[in-house]
This record gives sequence, C-alpha cells and structure tokens, in this order.
Amino acid sequence: MIMVFASLKKKLVGTEGDFFLQTDVEIASGGITAVAGPSGSGKTTFLRILSGLTSPDEGLLEVEGDIWFRATAGKKPELDLKPQQRRVGVVFQGYALFPNMSVLGNLLYASRDMDMAEKLLDMVGLQQLKHVKPSNLSGGQKQRVALARALMQRPRLLLLDEPLSALDESMKAMLQDELLKINREFGVTILIVTHDSSEMYKLCDRVLLLEKGRIVADTSPRKLFVERATTQKFAFKGEILEIKAVDAVYVAVVAIGNNLVEVVVDSDEKENLRAGDVVVVGTKAFNPTVRKFAAKDFDFSKL
Amino acid sequence: MNHFDTEPFLLSFRLAAITTILLFLFSVPLAWKLSQTRSRSKPFVEALISLPIVLPPTVLGFYLLVALSDRAPVGMFLKEMFNMDLVFTFEGVLIASCIYSFPFMLQPLQSGMEQIPAKLLEASYVLGKSKLETLLHVILPGIKPSILTGVIITFAHTVGEFGVVLMVGGSIQGETRVASIAIYELVELLDYGTAHIYSLILIAFSFVVLMVVYVLNHRYRAPGG
Repeated sequence: MIMVFASLKKKLVGTEGDFFLQTDVEIASGGITAVAGPSGSGKTTFLRILSGLTSPDEGLLEVEGDIWFRATAGKKPELDLKPQQRRVGVVFQGYALFPNMSVLGNLLYASRDMDMAEKLLDMVGLQQLKHVKPSNLSGGQKQRVALARALMQRPRLLLLDEPLSALDESMKAMLQDELLKINREFGVTILIVTHDSSEMYKLCDRVLLLEKGRIVADTSPRKLFVERATTQKFAFKGEILEIKAVDAVYVAVVAIGNNLVEVVVDSDEKENLRAGDVVVVGTKAFNPTVRKFAAKDFDFSKL
Repeated sequence: MNHFDTEPFLLSFRLAAITTILLFLFSVPLAWKLSQTRSRSKPFVEALISLPIVLPPTVLGFYLLVALSDRAPVGMFLKEMFNMDLVFTFEGVLIASCIYSFPFMLQPLQSGMEQIPAKLLEASYVLGKSKLETLLHVILPGIKPSILTGVIITFAHTVGEFGVVLMVGGSIQGETRVASIAIYELVELLDYGTAHIYSLILIAFSFVVLMVVYVLNHRYRAPGG
C-alpha cells in the first residue's frame, strides 16, 4: 500500500546558487526509508515539506489517499494542510524538547493520553526520569524523549532528521534497535535523514539519495553499499589506532564501531598506513585486508 | 508630618497596577508579531513605541493634552461617544502612562520571544497545537524572566512617572495627585519634612524593585534553571 506520494518542486537557495528540490517518489506503507545525500541537498527541506512546516512551490502530496498539498506552477496552492492538521511525528535535529515541561509533560503536551505516555516511557526506558526536566538529561535520553513525544499522537508517518548523529556508538545502536521495534510495533512508516551508512544498512529497506535537490539513487542499502562496492565478502569502515610490530609481521589495531580488532598487515601495507587513518577492513576469501578508505566506499558525510 | 497621607501612594500603585496589566495584555501579541515578522515596517513600529524613552515627558504630555482635550478630534469623539473626559482625570492619566511605559513592557517581551528557538514552535505545531496553545504553553513559560522584568520595570516606571502625569492630569487630589506629584507640591509648599518621607518611601520602593529584578534574573540565568 502506498503511504506517501510526493511529486513536488521547490526552489532552494544554495551556497552555489539556487536549485530546485524536485521529488517524484512513492513510499510504501510500513517501511523505513533513508534520505541521504550531501549537506544542502534538500533532505531536511523534503522532510519539512512532508510535515507541513515548509510549503513547496508546486506539485502534489498525497498521504494515505488524502491530499495534503496541491498547487500548479505559479499559482497559490489549492490545498496546503497546516502542520497541525497532518498528525505527522517529527523528531527534530537537536530534539526541540520543551524546556519548561518534564519528560512526562513533554509527552502529555502532545496528547493527554496517560496510557500511551506510560507505554512509551516503558518502551524507551525512561520511567525513572519522567519527572525530570530536559536540561538534566543526556543527549541519548533527550533523543528518546523526542522519539516518544513524536509517537504520542500515534502518527502514521514518522520523520527523523539526523536523529542519532550526535550520539556515541553504543547509544546509537540501542536507539536503532528501538526504532526497529517502534516500526514493527506501531506499523509506522519512517523516513530518516542520515549520513551514516551502517545506520542505513541496519535500519532501512530503501535509500533515497539526494544531490542538489534531485533523487539520484533510489535503491536498497544492500544494493547501494555491497553490490556496487566490491567483491569483498564483508567490509567495515574503521579507524587505525595503532600499528605494532609482532614478531615478523605487523598488527593494526582498528576501531570499528565499538569493537577493537587486530588485523595482520604486511610490510607493504604498513608503509601506507598510520594511526588515525580511516580504513576499510574487508575480506576476500579468508584473509582480511586493510586499505585506505576511498571515496568509492560511500562516505555519505563527504558526498 | 501634618500633610502625610497615603492617598498619593495608593493612587500611584493603582495607576501602576492597571497600567501594567493593560500593557501586558497588549504587549504580548504585539511583541510576538514583532519578534516573528520580517516586515520592513518593523523598525518604524519599534522606533515609534520607543519614543517615550528618549522624549522629554513634557513633550509627550503636551501632545496628549492637546489630543485628549474636548476640542481635538480624539477628545471630542470620546466625549460624544462615551461622555468621557480625559484631561485632568484618572482615565486620562492612565492612557498617558500606558503610552509612556509601553516600551518598558514591550522590549523585554520582544527580546525574550526572539530568543525562543523556532524549532520549539515548529515542534508544537506538528504536535497539533494551535498558535494560541503554543503561546500559552511554550512561549510564555519560556520567557518567564523577560515577563518578570517587563512587569516589574513597567510597574516601577509608572510609579516614578512625573512629567506626563502633571501635564495630562494636573494635581487633583484623589484623582491624579500621585506620589511623585505630591512631592512636587509639598516642596512648593515648603513642607520639606513630608517631602522627605514621601521621597524616602519612593527611594526604598524603587531600590527593592530593582533588587528583585536583579535577583530573579540571576536565579533564572543560573545553570540548569
């Protein structure tokens, strides 16, 4: 079933001149779709248009069969539902929690539904902190409050703008699991702006890659990363912490996410590598290889 | 001591209280508009409202006196429609002091509102809340220090008002003779003893008010608050 149909156009002001955000996309109900691309490519604007915070210049936006926006070029929109009328869950970059309300207050402000609030607090593990003000919470805790608050209205569509980028790896992993749980349990369709390739891979069933306002790739993360990348069986991005000599060989200590791994590198490889290098650890057949990270390894933060 | 009377003080406080309430109600929507607008007329409106800060009170008082008199259109209109006499009455002084103290209420509210992150408002809107609900539950609680500053300064400034009241209201006992005017009259009557008492009361009052503002501002600025 189609959740979102967005055929929209909006002029954006970029650092290298104006360009058009132009989307022509259908998003199926129930999935998690990543919206990726370099900064300034229109990702956030696309989400803002869906939530009603920004109006496109022209086009059609249909959600679950209801028209939310319709305008022909150069005319006033015939229809442009206000954000208040759309009941979309939004998790903002920087959380946007109400500082004058407690955790529970933030949730209940969204909807006076104590049962739902209790259920969500249990789900994101914030029962103990429900009477605390946001200023006393850690980044990860704030993010969970923002997530829970966005779900209070039981939205059919949940939009997340780089929700996890400011968090450390273990917190990220935990929240990613929570997002998957939320997606399953509530059947909510999720769009998530992210730069993190592992996040796309873990969470998303689809990636929309935006560049200068255009969708330049619309595919599965698997296709985007694995099949296009190499013939390697697996490949992880990591950072070399140290290269040490052990007997006749060299061993590189590489941080991959939370894990530290030791990989044997030969002396030729060792010449090219030093501590602090961002590398790809991969394997063909059995022996792992370590080589310098290159653009073709899909670093979305640098796209 | 023979001339001491609490009436001028009660009158001052009554005037200040009503002025503060009226200005708060009027300033909240205007401050909100001004904090959100990118209109080119914004500096014009801001300059106009701020005029009382720089103008001699006599200038404002003079024009208000002219405008409110029953020979001017405004005064004539009010006289005919509501049978209201504004010159040398409490109501006239009230209007004058509202205009005179307007910037002292508006400016703190506006600058507080300008500092509320747009994201908070958007978060409220996507949660289905109207602009009014957002104003009441997000914006006003978010600018408590500014509200306190605006309310206290407006109140104190109105109590300390002299020139405008004298021009528009004169010195009619129980009607327009507020504390500051009473002091002026006492000095004219060479009753320095009573003038001292009145003046010291006003000094103490003003000092306490300013102390409260600074204490509250420090408290709100403290970390985690």
